[in-house]
Amino acid sequence: MEIPYTHTPRPDTGLYNAKVGIWLFLASEIMLFGALFSAYILLRVSAPVGFWPDVALAWPRGLLNIPIGTFNTAVLITSSVTVVLAWAALKMNNFARFRVYMVITVLCAFAFLGIKSFEYNDKFSHYVIRLQDGKALTGHIEVDGKHPRFWNFSDQWSVAKLTEQKVAKIKVEVDPARDINGHPKKGASHQHEVREVAVSDIVSMGSYTPATHPFFAVYFLITALHGLHVLGGALVLGYFAFPGAKMWKSNPEQFINRIEVGGLFWHFVDLVWIFLFPVVYLL
Amino acid sequence: MSQHSASTSASHGGDDHDHDIAAHVRTYLIIFGALLVGTVLTVAMYYVDFSSMALTVAVALFIASIKAFLVAGYFMHLLSEKKLVYGVLVISAIFFVALMGLTLWGSRDLPRNSETKTLYVP
Amino acid sequence: MQSTASHAHTSATDSSHGHAHHEPGFFGKYIFSTDHKVIGIQYGVSSLLFLLFGFFLMLVMRFQLAHPGAPVPLVGPLLEKVLGEDMAKGGIVGGDLYNSFGAMHGTIMVFLAIVPVLFGAFGNYVTPLQIGAPDMAFPRLNMASFHCYFLGGVVMFASFFTPGGAARSGWTSYSPLASVTDLANRFDGQTYWLMGMVLLITSSLLGSVNFIATIIQLRCRGMSWMRMPFFVWAQFVTGFLLLLAFPPLEAAGLMQLMDNLFGSSFFLPQGLVVSGSPLPVSGGGSPLLWQHLFWFLGHPEVYVLILPAIGIVAEVIANNIRKPLWGYKSMVYAAMSIGFLSFIVWAHHMYLTGMGTKVATFFQTTTMMISIPSVIILTALFISLWGGSIRFNSASLFALSFLPMFGIGGLTGLPLGFNASDIFLHDSYYVIGHFHYVVAPGTMFAVFAGIYYWFPKITGRHMNEVLGKIHWAGSLFFMNCVFAPMFIQGFKGMSRRMSDGGTTYFGQGIDPGVLKLNNMILWSAVGLGICQIPFIINFFSSIFAGKRTTSDNPWQATTLEWATPTPPPHGNFLQEPVAYRGPYEYSVPGAKTDFTPQGDKN
Repeated sequence: MEIPYTHTPRPDTGLYNAKVGIWLFLASEIMLFGALFSAYILLRVSAPVGFWPDVALAWPRGLLNIPIGTFNTAVLITSSVTVVLAWAALKMNNFARFRVYMVITVLCAFAFLGIKSFEYNDKFSHYVIRLQDGKALTGHIEVDGKHPRFWNFSDQWSVAKLTEQKVAKIKVEVDPARDINGHPKKGASHQHEVREVAVSDIVSMGSYTPATHPFFAVYFLITALHGLHVLGGALVLGYFAFPGAKMWKSNPEQFINRIEVGGLFWHFVDLVWIFLFPVVYLL
Repeated sequence: MSQHSASTSASHGGDDHDHDIAAHVRTYLIIFGALLVGTVLTVAMYYVDFSSMALTVAVALFIASIKAFLVAGYFMHLLSEKKLVYGVLVISAIFFVALMGLTLWGSRDLPRNSETKTLYVP
Repeated sequence: MQSTASHAHTSATDSSHGHAHHEPGFFGKYIFSTDHKVIGIQYGVSSLLFLLFGFFLMLVMRFQLAHPGAPVPLVGPLLEKVLGEDMAKGGIVGGDLYNSFGAMHGTIMVFLAIVPVLFGAFGNYVTPLQIGAPDMAFPRLNMASFHCYFLGGVVMFASFFTPGGAARSGWTSYSPLASVTDLANRFDGQTYWLMGMVLLITSSLLGSVNFIATIIQLRCRGMSWMRMPFFVWAQFVTGFLLLLAFPPLEAAGLMQLMDNLFGSSFFLPQGLVVSGSPLPVSGGGSPLLWQHLFWFLGHPEVYVLILPAIGIVAEVIANNIRKPLWGYKSMVYAAMSIGFLSFIVWAHHMYLTGMGTKVATFFQTTTMMISIPSVIILTALFISLWGGSIRFNSASLFALSFLPMFGIGGLTGLPLGFNASDIFLHDSYYVIGHFHYVVAPGTMFAVFAGIYYWFPKITGRHMNEVLGKIHWAGSLFFMNCVFAPMFIQGFKGMSRRMSDGGTTYFGQGIDPGVLKLNNMILWSAVGLGICQIPFIINFFSSIFAGKRTTSDNPWQATTLEWATPTPPPHGNFLQEPVAYRGPYEYSVPGAKTDFTPQGDKN
């Protein structure tokens, strides 16, 4: 006996097996990202006042690059439309066009990931510095004429390390002043003022890593998990565009269904980002 | 971008079907446009100073929900999907709300930390 | 043992296969099989081995409780040699060893033994057969689930051999303890535990997708929802519990991993001081967040443990009373209600965390509500017995004794479900008694019943009835001797999870007589272990030398799994089955025999 309804829909449910499967899986993913969003909200709501030294906030705001985030959003939305157009092209029996759209989708995915890793690197080299007089500065730093840019976050500058390396002064490209909503203060210059800071004036410093503040912990976890889903989806879609496309010859209906199922996963990944972007970047 | 002329419908039911899909393609592109507009709106709202945090959150989530509805409804074909799928999603939505809501409700009774303690110095 | 008679493919299906039809080699047939029956057996063998291992961990703990500070006989030197001097100096169970055995006993029993045997083994083997399907909807996904589970088990087992030993913060792995037990070692047992959990959760998620899709899509003709055996309904609801409740724990596990590996503070509050020095973390996290996310899974998890067990019991009872189950429909609706309600009761595990009265009342109310469908199911099974022509064999004896055991377990849960009484009973031995009654004489009796019942279908041989009855009598007696005293100990203030029962804190506060009960429990546990020996001997000898079955349906059962050859071939049914009636048509008036199989046309 063959397994029925692998590509023809079952009469009473109107669905074929893989579609039931993917929607069930997406339901579990809703719970996964839902739990992460709940964690974000809970941590934010219960963060103590003054926990983020800049502007005496509990929760840092305005730290993430909005133009980059917006661009990434547009990239992902584009990939969403191209994957559904790929499916439509198959339905209209146009394999060449299907392949073109799939390639665009996968390229968008990798563009998204590339931009994300640029953002991550930027975070790992962005510092929050608490001074002896109680003030705090945030910005990129310059040590000995070099701008540390790190691809991993275990290699960070700290007061101990600066003292050990006998560095007396560092330069800080101070971020523009922000108001309580994290927006740049009205009238404040958008330029980054470069200030020299004596290492002896520094109480503590740390770059934007998961260990620095729960905001970054959640940010990195949720975007990394999302990024893993983007990568996984891109690999699967890429597989279907090339080696897996053999099935188009042997079983076109089942192949179209596979693309539809892959597309559903891809749209979900886009959906998560649609909520992620405003919650983490803007709010 | 219309797919009409490119169709060589050998095994897929002929012109009717193609017209169907072509209409779908047009819809997809319209939705794409709407999503981009929505994204611009989202960012624009960021620069507006709302009277309260609650309102800011509400506006942001409202716009996000519209965008999500468009992706789910049209790209994921949920608007024309079978009851079973709706059922599964509704159940998940209920439990997601339960998780978030009950957890937050329970956390309101925790003592709030009103004084800042210094972050540990590495 | 099992001859996968792959030549039983009918020629009609061959042409539509679409792939090369060659005999799979050893690896393809037994290690990387996609056949649900082979996978079921793989789950079964692995989970029973883990069960035995978890039992051993418990024996060592019970010895420490009964004879604190004494070297463990027989295995003491082995413990010292394998785990090192800091854990087991002189063969004595150190505090850390006790805690790690405790945490791993719970983890292994729940995630590596019971769920895999009930859901992975019995679920996989029986469900497609009972709905008339040729296999699961996604056979390769099924295989992936098993391998994920197996890998998770290997990681968990390997954690015992890491420096510092296995995780020792309870199976509940509460922060901040879980993040501060071993500050020197990043890759400590706790990290292994978290990685293992991620693998196990993934396995369950993939499995649940498979089960639900299979039950929805692959029911044969005539198998409407209300004609499905209750076992299948139980697996269906269980699938949803796993699907929707596990992901938050996966998220929480990732968060705790980050706390342990990357120094984040998801669950670590400000101002933590460990061994006199402030913890080098930013703080700002919430230990309560971990508890919420853990128990959001933790509570549905216990229904994952019990529902398939009830499913097995229902099948065995229906078959051995020779009459239909009373209240099948109510049982189905009750199972669905349990499934839904189980998602909104979780904070009854957290009554002592300082939640306000409104929240506590909410969870108390939903907890009381969920006891109702449980009672409905139990009552329906009890009432079914009335007027039945009850056959007493090993399977039915276990299934029948499940009922009062589960009853005791459930009833003793009520004082825990009420906020006010839970204040005194939380974290006491009463809790241990309560939940062990449900999972030890509860789920284990169901597992044994299932094994005795389906053994003839899987192997074509009967298990020995004399050994089976000895196994049953001994298990029933000793299970009660092990767990009943724990209620008394709990009321008298004995604390759970402490290697001395809490005497360090309570000193003279605990009645010494209560601590003497530990001796009785130890001997009963040993007795329980000894009574499993007839079962193990029976199991293996019957595979090779048991009495052969003379028919494909030796129990004269009605459900579809008995309408296949023995053992069922690849593809299960020789021709497409059709369900003509309900699943429990026993003693139908006017019928020739006292059972009318579901798949028989007349």
